[in-house]
Amino acid sequence: MKFVDEYRDPIAARKLLESIRRSASQRWTLMEVCGGQTHGLLRHGIEIELEGTIELIHGPGCPVCVTPLESIDFAHELAMLHTLSDHDVVLTSFGDMLRIPGSRGSLLDAQAQGAQVRTVYSPLDAVQLAKKNPNKEIVFFAVGFETTAPATALAVKQAAEEGLDNFRLLVAHVRVQPAMEMLLQSPHNRVQAFLAAGHVCTVMGYASYESLVEKYQLPIVVTGFEPLDLLKGILACVRQLEAGQARVENAYARSVHYEGNLQAQEIVREVYEVGDRLWRGFGMIPNGGLQLRRQWRQFDAQQHYALFGSLPIIESRQCRSADVLAGRIKPLDCAAFGNECTPDAPLGAPMVSSEGACAAYFRYRNPQVNPIDG
Amino acid sequence: MCLGIPGQVVKFTDASKPYAQAEVEFDGVRRVCSMACVPDAVVGDYVIVHAGIAITRVDPEEANRVFDELAAINEDAGWKDGQL
Repeated sequence: MKFVDEYRDPIAARKLLESIRRSASQRWTLMEVCGGQTHGLLRHGIEIELEGTIELIHGPGCPVCVTPLESIDFAHELAMLHTLSDHDVVLTSFGDMLRIPGSRGSLLDAQAQGAQVRTVYSPLDAVQLAKKNPNKEIVFFAVGFETTAPATALAVKQAAEEGLDNFRLLVAHVRVQPAMEMLLQSPHNRVQAFLAAGHVCTVMGYASYESLVEKYQLPIVVTGFEPLDLLKGILACVRQLEAGQARVENAYARSVHYEGNLQAQEIVREVYEVGDRLWRGFGMIPNGGLQLRRQWRQFDAQQHYALFGSLPIIESRQCRSADVLAGRIKPLDCAAFGNECTPDAPLGAPMVSSEGACAAYFRYRNPQVNPIDG
Repeated sequence: MCLGIPGQVVKFTDASKPYAQAEVEFDGVRRVCSMACVPDAVVGDYVIVHAGIAITRVDPEEANRVFDELAAINEDAGWKDGQL
């Protein structure tokens, strides 16, 4: 596959690895922000190759992992609503979201009790579903970072354009930069440089990181997802750290421009405004999310369906996902990892998602499954 | 979630802005994607698609830069290929 395969060349990867080892005079601690990067680092063995040279702390960039239980439970109630009322609601979302455990199982578990749930690839597919099923009420559970917000904003605009009154969003969009700043402000922070999330920056650009770099004096390198992209990002961080520099650098220039994608930003700005948001594992993050602007509120499922959230919120006591998401522990440090908690029977979101750190360790670093540690 | 896959624009199924759509091919598989956020893209371009919408055009010149940098590493006087 063009623009993928060439960035997986093992000989080139070895050269970059060696460059990183030669450049690093001490063990530096970096955080890869995006869960897609975490999976790339584990899948391609980069994390283990650099053991002793670079410590990688896995960042919070797994949107379904930080979606609060309140929202998942609300979605659960929406999917069951047709059994209790005249609202014939079908809850739609990305596959990962539907598998995340809520207080009373995942949304897919709920199907067995009669919940109406559908996996879609794109929020635009959910709009088509609404168009084809005028008697049903289609709700799209809109999770994701700035990368995903243009798609859900576009879905709302298309639904409005087509005059659909049976399409709504349950909005749980999050913004990555306030979370990065919150991590830097923590007294326990150990992050010395960030690999910024390549596709978030594709949409948003990286001008806004300049203030962070100046304030906290640490390198931020915009980084992609393939092995050579990840290694190039790590090398750029190490070179800056060794030289005592703190700059914003772009190591994913085939996708990312300084100002980002202006059309995408315009669509997002038209539909959403910045607001405070509760993050699972973090608590309330000021300006940490997006919400529908007033003129689009008729598309807001939260406003439309007056559910009271009467059932209690139940977070697993054994699950340490909050510590994993904030980079305080590694998945293997959790007692439940691989025992009570597996991808087939997960206690927390990071074990489910294709971007969750626990799922990455289970697949690629679990001694019982894949004995590469030996 | 932020997974983005590069694919080649094969043909426009709806060229009318702002909701243009095109067929994009990923390793032999084709899917109709929204082109609303890449108004300058033309047939033959590679775009990165996330959740059914193209979020950027791949810049072919920038795409080669990493390989130029690797070549520069080769020319580094202190480099011994035998150690790799």
